Amino acid sequence: MARAVSPQKKLITTIAAWAIGILIFFPILWTILTSFKTEGTAVANPPVFLFFNWTLENYETVQERSNYVRYLWNSIAIAGGSTILGLIVAVPAAWSMAFVPGKRTKDILMWMLSTKMLPAVGVLYPIYLISIKLGLLDSKGALIVILMLINLPIIIWMLYTYFREIPGEILEAGRMDGATLREEILYILTPMAVPGIASTLLLNFILAWNEAFWTLNLTAVNAAPLTAFIASYSSPEGLFFAKLSAASTMAIAPILILGWFSQKQLVRGLTFGAVK
Amino acid sequence: MGRIQLKQVRKAFGEVEVIPPLDLEINDGEFVVFVGPSGCGKSTLLRLIAGLEDVSSGVIEIDGADATMVPPSKRGLAMVFQSYALYPHMSVRKNIAFPLRMAKLDKAEQDRRVNAAAEVLNLGPYLDRRPGQLSGGQRQRVAIGRAIVREPAAFLFDEPLSNLDAALRVGMRLEISELHERLETTMIYVTHDQVEAMTMADKIVVLQAGNIEQVGSPLTLYREPRNLFVAGFIGSPKMNLLTGPEAEKRGAKTIGIRPEHITPSSSGGDWAGKVGVSEHLGSDTFFHVHLEGREEPMTVRAVGEVDLHHGDPIWLTPEEEHIHRFDAAGLRIA
Repeated sequence: MARAVSPQKKLITTIAAWAIGILIFFPILWTILTSFKTEGTAVANPPVFLFFNWTLENYETVQERSNYVRYLWNSIAIAGGSTILGLIVAVPAAWSMAFVPGKRTKDILMWMLSTKMLPAVGVLYPIYLISIKLGLLDSKGALIVILMLINLPIIIWMLYTYFREIPGEILEAGRMDGATLREEILYILTPMAVPGIASTLLLNFILAWNEAFWTLNLTAVNAAPLTAFIASYSSPEGLFFAKLSAASTMAIAPILILGWFSQKQLVRGLTFGAVK
Repeated sequence: MGRIQLKQVRKAFGEVEVIPPLDLEINDGEFVVFVGPSGCGKSTLLRLIAGLEDVSSGVIEIDGADATMVPPSKRGLAMVFQSYALYPHMSVRKNIAFPLRMAKLDKAEQDRRVNAAAEVLNLGPYLDRRPGQLSGGQRQRVAIGRAIVREPAAFLFDEPLSNLDAALRVGMRLEISELHERLETTMIYVTHDQVEAMTMADKIVVLQAGNIEQVGSPLTLYREPRNLFVAGFIGSPKMNLLTGPEAEKRGAKTIGIRPEHITPSSSGGDWAGKVGVSEHLGSDTFFHVHLEGREEPMTVRAVGEVDLHHGDPIWLTPEEEHIHRFDAAGLRIA
């Protein structure tokens, strides 16, 4: 489409776009900067931006006081485990909804989505009690299952929209060629949906990684992931902003790096179906 | 072996009955074409035989055994789809080998059969390409290759040529006919194109609204259409149908005469009219003739080039022995 865009207009839009981008990123940038300050400079008024004495002492303290690697491992296990478990449940579910829909398939999909509108705290009490009774408090396994259930609607929805793009005739061809249902899903559907499955996997890993409500409420020591690691540096000991920032930076760094390298896949995953 | 029998097979989608109970017998080695206008149920009938749709009632027998509830993968039939339905993530070789892999054949036997199929279908140079890198005709060949390697009891073709351009269609039509000559396997072929039906079939099944209108060899259908629908559907250009005094004179409600069974003349004949549009094909000329007192033009074939123009007077003489007579219900009068 040919459009006349004056250089001034271009300049203004560019500046506006950058301004909004920086505004959104600023809290993360500020956290990272604060993590390199001393506790004194961290609360200085007026705040200092770049010109302070950069120090790694916060990271040293955090390292000494907590076992970062254990938290990191718990985060990876919980986020990864719940995502993989979710996929195992969601692939057949999405298959049936996309290729053999019943009268109520649309309703079921909407109902699943509606569970995401329930405030999590509304079911905290029953789930907490069930976890105690079953001895599942502070266990990675229980968290994996709970986070899987929480993200399952999104996984199924994403896979459903991907699967819908795959022509049914190809699956029928597989059936005619002698493939059983399991072989059809394994050898035809899944490989064809790899891009979709990859972005679903990625998004859910990030969602599970960032999940703080259940991970904070249902863990203590053994299963505590990085969210608990950050939380342990907040209020109880007063306001140590610099150390809290160092802990936060360490917690978000892995997922930030993962997200950076998989931007394309993520954007494609989230806009799939809208634009072809 | 590939003998398929349908006994009182019926299909309904909810309240809508797309195929009322019908019986059909397909003999071993036969090339059967299901033909009819779109929405006549011919594809549904094929999918019932394939097992991709469940029958609402009735029995499907394959080689004498009840296959009604047998899943498609176990019926021993191979299908070629209109969209080819190739596996886009697999090479041509893997596409063709897929049914063999599902049948758990050993690798050497798989390779042997894939190479044999590739040779028959001239796919040798393309075995390591992906379907996306092939032309329409080549994709169609891969789909056929995938069907022949498993040596099925019968082949099912669902409008396999409708995505190809006209020239390729004629070529592939011949190839499929040749394949049938060589393999001597039962083939069931669905098309809406009566030319494909006429040129390829041993037996044509004409369908309309799920009903079988007539079953017979192409020439039987051409010479003795059982009713007005078959008369109008088989033959190109279409048969001319007349009602009124000309029909009554011959003791019928409607009479039909094919364009090739009318002799045109510029000097005199039975029916007088004026030349409308004429189509010059070189070998033949088709005139659309407006008869007096008749709204629809009659189509007439003249062999070779005939020098008649729009508005010229023309006389038509039908060959009496080729006039088809139909009663008030549209059925043929013998």
